[in-house]
Amino acid sequence: MNLHEYQGKQLFAEYHLPVSNSQVIFSADEAKEACSKIGGCKWVVKAQVHAGGRGKAGGVKLVNSPEEAEAFALNWLGKQLVTYQTDANGQKVSAILIESCTDIAKELYLSAVIDRSSRKIVFIASSEGGVNIEDVAKNSPEKIIYESIDPLTGPLPFQARRISKVLGLNSLQSKQFNQMLPNFVRLFQEKDLSLLEINPLVIKEDGNLHCLDAKINIDSNALFRQPKLVEMRDPSQEDPKEQEAAKFDLSYVSLDGNIGCMVNGAGLAMGTMDTIKFFGGDPANFLDVGGTATQERVANAFKIILADPKVKVVLVNIFGGIVRCDLIAKGILAAIDEVGVNVPVIVRLEGNNAESGSAIIEESNYAIESLNNLQEAAKRAVELAQ
Amino acid sequence: MSILVNKDTRLLVQGFTGSQATMHSEQAIAYGTNVVGGVTPGKGGSLHLDKPVFNSVLEAKELVNPNAAIIFVPAPFCKDSILEAAEAGIELIICITEGVPTLDMLIVKEKIDALGLKLIGPNCPGVITPGEAKLGIMPGDIHLRGSVGIISRSGTLTYEAVKQTTDLGLGQSTCVGIGGDPIPGSSFIDILKLFQEDDETKAIVLVGEIGGSAEEEAADFIASYVTKPVISYIAGQTAPAGKRMGHAGAIIAGGKGTAADKIAKLKSCGVHIADNLLEIGNTVKAVLG
Repeated sequence: MNLHEYQGKQLFAEYHLPVSNSQVIFSADEAKEACSKIGGCKWVVKAQVHAGGRGKAGGVKLVNSPEEAEAFALNWLGKQLVTYQTDANGQKVSAILIESCTDIAKELYLSAVIDRSSRKIVFIASSEGGVNIEDVAKNSPEKIIYESIDPLTGPLPFQARRISKVLGLNSLQSKQFNQMLPNFVRLFQEKDLSLLEINPLVIKEDGNLHCLDAKINIDSNALFRQPKLVEMRDPSQEDPKEQEAAKFDLSYVSLDGNIGCMVNGAGLAMGTMDTIKFFGGDPANFLDVGGTATQERVANAFKIILADPKVKVVLVNIFGGIVRCDLIAKGILAAIDEVGVNVPVIVRLEGNNAESGSAIIEESNYAIESLNNLQEAAKRAVELAQ
Repeated sequence: MSILVNKDTRLLVQGFTGSQATMHSEQAIAYGTNVVGGVTPGKGGSLHLDKPVFNSVLEAKELVNPNAAIIFVPAPFCKDSILEAAEAGIELIICITEGVPTLDMLIVKEKIDALGLKLIGPNCPGVITPGEAKLGIMPGDIHLRGSVGIISRSGTLTYEAVKQTTDLGLGQSTCVGIGGDPIPGSSFIDILKLFQEDDETKAIVLVGEIGGSAEEEAADFIASYVTKPVISYIAGQTAPAGKRMGHAGAIIAGGKGTAADKIAKLKSCGVHIADNLLEIGNTVKAVLG
């Protein structure tokens, strides 16, 4: 789950990490009051979407009057912001963050992720901030430092000093960073983050360190113990079909093709998509219906797949493990009955009791084809989708 | 021979009386697995599936001496259950449950390694040595005892590989599902080592998927250490970047972890690649000749 910048900065403030004075607004008529609450005569207005690259897309602006801030909010709230990280439709701007203006002396980069190889939280820092870190890693790797946090000791001052050196901090800033690092780690651990990125972390004109951006991802597996973060979820930033699927506890990702896929197991679902592509077709989605593939789950899966108008044919690929294929076949028929499926359906059942499962499918009154062989099933689906 | 589990395995089931654990324990017992009992705190002293129920792993350890544990408890309690089994000195711990927080696994993995124990999973189908012991949720009857060792990050995809090798008469020595999470208890490398040392295993099938760099690390290990033929299939060649494909660990992030990169690396290290999932069995057969 992702957070907006303003939500990330609320967490930063909670953990005593330096952020700008700010107000978040959800309608344009709040803009002037927000500016006066913050004070000063210059503000930065930032469109809130779950995507990077907002600045270049016109979603961030320096304004010199409350009226300008209001005009910016009026222009962007509810609109789609398209950046190089979004698709062609962009993301809906659901809020505007208004901040006091920061005078920047230098832009730096700081992030923390869970490194899968070393199995530790790793901080990544660079003296090159405000740019794409992957480019820095490619072009000037000497400007990046990776520092692993030992779960037993937590972050140590010598590590903060090592990062400070690469960031080029003076002694005052280095001291500030040494105080910030344990707070970043606490935030990461206590809130079950999977990514924390500040790009840029800046040195202000007055010499102090300051977090100018906040990108936070939360480990979805840990949401059960993060009720406050769950409340921060912004459904407007997520694919409606993916959300609908999540309600039914189904894993769904929409793709661009026209062959709907319903598969049990994530690995086999990816393998099925690959097989469709291998035979020249294009999958419309990834969908893991779960190990049990009950009638209810299959019915919900059909509803989600068929809500996509691109879908011309549905390929159901089930490897019956503990659950017998004849029971799954009955479930599929009942689900089709319930949902009213109006496109051709190809069913491939394999595993436990596959033959009687296929027989049940073939004897039904629906126009469903049962093919035991995945190769034949995938080929047939590709043919029907053309 | 085989690896990890065999007819001498004495299995303890944690979360024994829950519905999933009950169904899969029944199947395991029917398969011939020696289930010595289970743990459900508060239900100690009773019998379930004719096996004793204990309040704690330590109590079970003292009374029925299990050497393996399988965990079916809900995700919020897995850290506790795994570490309880570890503290009691259970040598092999298999966690089936999906959805364990990643930060819990960082701590768990550190502790398991320090104690010198083995953890398989979480979010995995378990381990089976055909004809001897089934510690997991896989369908027993698709397996055939034979010469192929299978390691996989996915459940149903493993069953495909199993069925294909069974249909071709090759069979399996042991099948290990290491799970689809970002921080698995055992890596491909941990299991490759065991298969390399197992006399019965003549070829190894490695079923990988997008996300992380476990396949690339395995490839380097294979190049320098594994002399047996390794056949690999990588799922997710058509997966878009930045989307989690069902498994918590199956995500292409920052351009890294693509199927194409993994396949190229495995190939360069001498691994035989099955281009699509239907060719896994045939590729093994061709390699073994």
